Amino acid sequence: MNSLILKTAGKYIAPLLFLFAIYLLLTGHNQPGGGFSGGLVASASFILLAFAYGVERTQNWIRISPIYLIALGLLLAIGSGLFSILTGQPFMTGVWITFNSLSLGTPMLFDTGVFLVVSGTTLLIILELLKEV
Amino acid sequence: MEWLFAILVGCLYSAGLYLMLQRNMFKLVLGMCLISHGANLLIFTAGGLTRNLPPIFSEVTSVTSQITDPLPQAFVLTAIVISFGVTAFLLVLVHRTHKTLNTDDIDDLIKTDLQ
Amino acid sequence: MKTLVIFPIIIPLITASFCLVSYKTPRLQWFFVGLGNISYFIVALTFLWATYHGNYYSIQIGNWEAPFGITIIIDLFSSIMLVITSILVFCSLLYALTMTPKEEFRLGYLSLTFFLVMGVSGAFTTGDLFNLYVWFEVMLMSSFVLMAFGGEQRQLEGSIKYVILNLMSSAIFLASTGILYGMVGTVNLTDLSIKLSMIEHKYPKLIVSSLLLVAFGIKAGLFPLYFWLPASYHTPPPGISALFSGLLTKVGMYSIIRTFTLFYREIDTTMQNALLIIASLTMLIGVLGAVSQNEIRRILSFHIISQIGYMLMGLALWTPAGIAGAIYFMAHNIIAKSNLFFISGIIHKKTGSYNLKSQGNLYKELPILSFCFLCSALSLAGLPPLSGFVGKLALIIAGINANAYITVLVSIVVSFLTLFSMTKIWIYTFWGTPNHKKTDTSETPQNLSFAYCSVIILALLTLGLGILGETFFTISYKSAQSLLQPLTYIEKVMGY
Repeated sequence: MNSLILKTAGKYIAPLLFLFAIYLLLTGHNQPGGGFSGGLVASASFILLAFAYGVERTQNWIRISPIYLIALGLLLAIGSGLFSILTGQPFMTGVWITFNSLSLGTPMLFDTGVFLVVSGTTLLIILELLKEV
Repeated sequence: MEWLFAILVGCLYSAGLYLMLQRNMFKLVLGMCLISHGANLLIFTAGGLTRNLPPIFSEVTSVTSQITDPLPQAFVLTAIVISFGVTAFLLVLVHRTHKTLNTDDIDDLIKTDLQ
Repeated sequence: MKTLVIFPIIIPLITASFCLVSYKTPRLQWFFVGLGNISYFIVALTFLWATYHGNYYSIQIGNWEAPFGITIIIDLFSSIMLVITSILVFCSLLYALTMTPKEEFRLGYLSLTFFLVMGVSGAFTTGDLFNLYVWFEVMLMSSFVLMAFGGEQRQLEGSIKYVILNLMSSAIFLASTGILYGMVGTVNLTDLSIKLSMIEHKYPKLIVSSLLLVAFGIKAGLFPLYFWLPASYHTPPPGISALFSGLLTKVGMYSIIRTFTLFYREIDTTMQNALLIIASLTMLIGVLGAVSQNEIRRILSFHIISQIGYMLMGLALWTPAGIAGAIYFMAHNIIAKSNLFFISGIIHKKTGSYNLKSQGNLYKELPILSFCFLCSALSLAGLPPLSGFVGKLALIIAGINANAYITVLVSIVVSFLTLFSMTKIWIYTFWGTPNHKKTDTSETPQNLSFAYCSVIILALLTLGLGILGETFFTISYKSAQSLLQPLTYIEKVMGY
């Protein structure tokens, strides 16, 4: 596909979409959003680029292969569950650290893992399908 | 409200089954999608329908009639994610089969059984 | 020990993720896989030892209390299955080392295998119906991809049928979970067991358990629902179809046994008769299908169906002896049946065909292989002193004690027919004049020693299971007793 409109618009929309994906990921703990929807939006931003500029250039932009994204995400998700085993609680119990008003916890880590797995899987499937078109 | 959802679930199931009984391979995928939507709605309906209530049990809403059951929502969410993955795989599989066999008729898939 | 409960699920997951990270370097993958497999085996053995002494181990994921959160529980039945799974996976890896083309490891063969193992062991250890659905999906997704792996025409044809019918069963499973939740307000298996026993009317329970029977029956390959199995199991590479034949249908059977023993304190006579009829028909139709076939793997696929009937028969008798027979038979069947699939792969390598008519005289070429084949095949047919004999004897005695004479008669007839089709393979493939052309002279002869290793290990296991039959049967009997008296299981999960 070679459309000037898509190329010009994609250049501006894709970064915004990616930013929105990260917003969704971060807001997911207390509000609608989360790793799954964030991951889908993130992959959508790259797929928009792939539609506008072709698969090869998009793969160059992403740099790492989606398979690594999946593997990294899985390991992050397992790791977040293993934290609680170290503290003597059952697998996947939330462990929280609080600095003043900011509290960081393993559910966040798990969500990031889901984000990576979902965006990796979606990218892998759709880029592979786009190559054949 | 439940009866309306029950009819909707029935419609989704019958439409899905109708599509699956066609000979076109792509319609098989669409039928599978409709059936999984039907199953999702079925869980949602069976878990009890409530309107405009939070799925959180707190001191303000300590009466059980004032909250929504969060479990069916979690089930449906999980099932949707799974059917997303399955549908993506099915599309790729059907696409690949179409390219390899040069047909989208399910009746042409019996060559392996006849050998 | 309590923290270990989650490990049969985590170990395969970690192994699979590390395999994904190193997907470009197969050597590194083999290192991770070996490590993962060995630690999985050790964990499974530890649990077998501990649960044999009457212990149950359960945890609540995320520390959410019992009827609300997800329970993971290991009892004797699940740990038997875990041990058998780890042995089978070990042999299939050994087999794949030489029999699978190198580029398939780069495409993720090993990580997919371990995702499959994760799904299987999740299904064996979970104590939650919806979670069971999730594990089924994990298992199915990886099996879908493995099935279509080669991308050849026949594999794609087979996997379309496999995928669609299994997805249908998942949809039914999901719907029945939803209906069950709407009816009693829980999906925790133990809580379901308590709440369903309080319902006095018998029809709600009958309806839900029939829905579950259909859903699991498609996966296990029960009588009117087995059509996907012989249409697809002969298409993937032999290593993969051996793994599938060993694990997937048995997970369906495991789920039937697990849910039915928890849902019914006393078996309903309608249900029991239905189960007995389905079991007899499954045995009979499966074996009759096999008799008419001429391709090794298609014969074996039909035999999977007929063997599933024996396991269902054990459950339907609803006595400790019957269920113990079913469990023993499951273990025996995983080992013997997978071994036959492995052997069919080697035969294909040697003769270039799966068809019986174009083979012959392999005994002269491969005496060890023929011995291993004979071991597994006769065990499948149920000849002493092999494992199949012990399993069938246990089931038949239990059947006579439970007055299920027709089913017993059917099972004996089916054994003879099984013996008939096993001797058919033997006569055509290992005796007679060589019919196959020596086609692959140009190819360098492959070193198949690892494949032989796995075949020999499984053949010896079949022999061992038969000779030490009493020991293994005692273990199965103990687990059957605890299955039929689920009170300890329930107490353990609900924490009274």
